[in-house]
Amino acid sequence: MSTFDTTPKTKQDAIVEVMLRLADDRLIHGHRLSEWTGHGPELEEDLALANVALDMIGHAASLYRYAAELEDNEDEDYYAYFRDDIDFKNIAMVELPRGDFAFTIARQFLFSAFSYFLYSELVKTVADEQFNGMLRKHLKEIKYHLRHSREWVLRLGDGTDESHKRIQDAFDEIWMYTGELFNKDDADDIAIKHKLYVDVTSLKPEWKKIVDETLEEATIEIPDDDQFMYSGSRKGRHTEHLGPLLAQMQFVRRSYPEADWK
Amino acid sequence: MNEIKTLSKSHIWSWLEEVIDPEIPVLNVVEMGIVRDVQLEDGEVIVKITPTYSGCPAMNAIEMEIQKKLREKGVENFKVLTDFKESWTTDWMTDHAKSKLKEYGIAPPTETDSNDDFLTNLKGSQKIIPCPYCDSMDTKLQSEFGSTACKALYYCDGCNQPFEHFKCI
Repeated sequence: MSTFDTTPKTKQDAIVEVMLRLADDRLIHGHRLSEWTGHGPELEEDLALANVALDMIGHAASLYRYAAELEDNEDEDYYAYFRDDIDFKNIAMVELPRGDFAFTIARQFLFSAFSYFLYSELVKTVADEQFNGMLRKHLKEIKYHLRHSREWVLRLGDGTDESHKRIQDAFDEIWMYTGELFNKDDADDIAIKHKLYVDVTSLKPEWKKIVDETLEEATIEIPDDDQFMYSGSRKGRHTEHLGPLLAQMQFVRRSYPEADWK
Repeated sequence: MNEIKTLSKSHIWSWLEEVIDPEIPVLNVVEMGIVRDVQLEDGEVIVKITPTYSGCPAMNAIEMEIQKKLREKGVENFKVLTDFKESWTTDWMTDHAKSKLKEYGIAPPTETDSNDDFLTNLKGSQKIIPCPYCDSMDTKLQSEFGSTACKALYYCDGCNQPFEHFKCI
């Protein structure tokens, strides 16, 4: 038996759980991308990564705001700044250190492709008007992220020996974190029952197809799915990398909890 | 309070047309399609806005500009709400707004792709965006992301000028 029970009991618990899972993935990924600001390999990419980071953090903010409304929380910032690593529901892939540019691109591509298929199904499933509106908005932006990262996978894979080696290494390293994208648990089942989420296991064939096609075109060897796959992050079992990330992201807010922008 | 009695929705709409988008100073927030609805309820003005891009840093500024404008016009009882029901699309931009963008040197958005086309187009060639300065079709995409979230960076081989294109979303 686990020490704490995170299984949603009511429909409202389920919708909040779904929104926090989506939002945490995006906040943490956005934070990692924001670390590139001022460090991009060229000006255009510096701008691109900062723009994608803004989109991601914006997606998270809109989801947190709505979750806060549903939970009668006064402040949506609570979710971002006052929860500890064990409460974060993001998958491990997005919390890994940003690595080199190739690693950042490989992660962006795998995550954006997954998000594209997930959101394409979610917009057909979710009945709540405001939630669905957010999802449709995010999906438009996800398309840009997918197109941008796919172009770079091709360019790096089919580029110089050095860029090829780096992007191949990146995919080899990140592959053990792709299994989690398609893990389904008790919270998923409840959310699916309430038509708030979709069965992520059903998204794998389409995701695999676009990933395989892109990697082949980029002359990158497709890593083996039959290897150890990391799991458990959605329930708070994170890698050692999330703690330091949160410490950096949260410390100003926690040092001045009463601070107000107004 | 006298003003509130005679206040009509059309007043508010025309005042909102005076609020300029901080990042695209040739368009106002009504032309941009950011203001979705204006309601008058028991003397309270409710303005519903929708964000152009989720992470657009200008949205806070736009909200504050709207509040400032309403106060300036003597409206004290108002709310500016963010509504996500309809997601913003460049298809809402009027032809007039698009021609103002072009004059300003930003290639205006063309029609948006439907979702079904996306995966096919992903592998195909990019749409051709004519240069806003010389109308040449000999242009190429430099980066999907420009100085703001809503723009992409292009280069025109006709007049050798870089230019920005308002992305179709």
